[in-house]
Amino acid sequence: MTFRRYRAVAKKEFLHILRDWRSLFAALAMPLVLLLLFGYALTLDVDRIATYVYDQDGTPESRELVERFRGSRYFDVLAMVGDYQTVERGIDTSRILLGVVIPNDFSSNVLSGKEADVQLLLDGSDSNTASLALGYAEGLMQMYALEVQNRAQNQKGMGHPGPAVDARIRVWYNSELQSKNYIVPGLIAVILMIIAALLTSLTIAREWENGTMEQLLSTPLRPAELLLGKLSAFFVLGLVDTVIAIFVGVVVFEVPLRGNPLFLLAASSIFLFGALCWGILISTVARSQLMAYQMGILSSFLPAFLLSGFVYAIENMPPVIRLLTYIIPARYFVTILKGIFLKGAGPEVLWGPLALLCVYAAVVFFLATKRLRQKVA
Amino acid sequence: MPENAVEVRGLVKRFGDFHAVDDVSFEVSRGEIFGFLGPNGAGKSTTIRILCGLLSPTAGEARVGGYDVATEAEQVKENIGYMSQKFSLYDDLAVEENIDFFSGVYGVRREIRETRKEYVLKMAGLENRRGDMTRLLAGGWKQRLALGCAILHEPPILFLDEPTSGVDPIARRTFWDLIYQLAEAGNTVFVSTHYMDEAEYCHRIALMYRGRIVALGAPAELKRSLNLPSMEDVFISRIEEEERRTA
Ligand SMILES: Nc1ncnc2c1ncn2[C@@H]1O[C@H](COP(=O)(O)OP(=O)(O)O)[C@@H](O)[C@H]1O
Ligand SMILES: [Mg+2]
Repeated sequence: MTFRRYRAVAKKEFLHILRDWRSLFAALAMPLVLLLLFGYALTLDVDRIATYVYDQDGTPESRELVERFRGSRYFDVLAMVGDYQTVERGIDTSRILLGVVIPNDFSSNVLSGKEADVQLLLDGSDSNTASLALGYAEGLMQMYALEVQNRAQNQKGMGHPGPAVDARIRVWYNSELQSKNYIVPGLIAVILMIIAALLTSLTIAREWENGTMEQLLSTPLRPAELLLGKLSAFFVLGLVDTVIAIFVGVVVFEVPLRGNPLFLLAASSIFLFGALCWGILISTVARSQLMAYQMGILSSFLPAFLLSGFVYAIENMPPVIRLLTYIIPARYFVTILKGIFLKGAGPEVLWGPLALLCVYAAVVFFLATKRLRQKVA
Repeated sequence: MPENAVEVRGLVKRFGDFHAVDDVSFEVSRGEIFGFLGPNGAGKSTTIRILCGLLSPTAGEARVGGYDVATEAEQVKENIGYMSQKFSLYDDLAVEENIDFFSGVYGVRREIRETRKEYVLKMAGLENRRGDMTRLLAGGWKQRLALGCAILHEPPILFLDEPTSGVDPIARRTFWDLIYQLAEAGNTVFVSTHYMDEAEYCHRIALMYRGRIVALGAPAELKRSLNLPSMEDVFISRIEEEERRTA
């Protein structure tokens, strides 16, 4: 291992990166675009849903329900209307998304603990938004119904079912509060995995295709020097991408960064190095750039997306798949990111997954150099 | 440094059950310009790649600069310069950047790096185009630059695989002048070609056909022994005989 040879490779790779400005631009824009794209798709929160309320009951109970709708940031009660047609027309003309019709037996049903049928009219043309609106409205009404019953029971002096009711309410409310803060850190892990694997996956295949590999192999350059040189150049690019991704997460998605930013960067560096090594390994296996590209996308995106615990909880997976997640580096990085972002965790808590990421990087790097040496012979 | 720069004995390279190199033996002495001739697919490149440590032989032995190519590839690589059949510099690097890169990879000492660079630029006639992108160079200049990058570390033995294919006659002439200069400076030059006229420029040649060497010797000697006027006639007669023999 000679520093001089390693440095020559690193410098040359930097020049390649700088000369290919189209790829450079893509590499820098990718974290931004992917984060915004996936981030907004996955953390879609609907708020200020335009609503008409038709209160046929006109009792204190029904008025209290209406106040709940008014008080929620998810609903914007534009008007109280006096007939059904106005509600329908509102939906037809897209003035409102939701119509709430409270029947005249609402208060008596609620107070007697029977099911209180409130009619919800929805504009289903955007089914996603409609189902979210439905979810919020049902949650709000359920909470209200439980509270009213609770109150009624307390007045009659019948026990204290308080905590059970509380728990259900919490679930309703958390489902949405969770999404952004939990999804964005996971997304950063997935995106960095994709970018890193793509950055490096082409690099060796390109040397083979251009015939320059043959030239390199005739020189005293060693596989480890070649790979480390290449990794260094891409590492710098990957680090810039990491900073962009974290910045977007914090500034655009307002994910709280409770941990130490420097520790976050250091942990990301370890993950990044392993992910870059993975791309290099693919590159030594693939014969053509096209094949390397496809293998790079599939082998980085799918496992990181599906098996990292970012979208699907690992505890709920079948045992075989759960075992598989242990070899997915994104799994550890998702844990680390959530820990640093949301809990402000430091190395003393996260050393386990960090150590595993180091092991992963070392193993993959070793395999890549071995593979390159084999191909030479 | 042993007397023979290259020694090959019973060399065989099989790809599956195809014999690309079939029991080849020859020697190249120091300072010699050794020509490797033969039609496409004869096995020239395969032999050269084995000698450069890029391919491992199926059987037989090959020593380059006294080192065994199969077991001492590292030492072999320190002592050779190789120019592959396909142009293999970086198109997106400037002339000078390619030189700097190979200088680093060959581990050229810092003190002599600038001198070597100037020497190569002068040799390739690119002193005034050092900042140009390599992709913009015409064929002859590219070839000379590739040669220059292969000799930055002053290797005693050079392997040039069809270095003049696809360049114009004048550039070919200039290139051969460079080969002569290198040989006069004491380097061994192992060069393959499929141009008949280039055979005459070599001190000795080996004619390769279907993986075997069918003629070996100095051009004048070969012509005399077969009593034929040109190298072209020598080739044809040797190949015809080989066809008869294997038929
Ligand atoms: N890696 C390889 N795998 C299979 N066949 C090969 C390989 N390399 C070369 N060959 C075959 O070996 C023969 C000799 O090739 P080569 O040495 O390149 O010939 P030349 O350089 O004389 O034109 C050709 O038929 C070629 O197809
Ligand atoms: Mg050839």
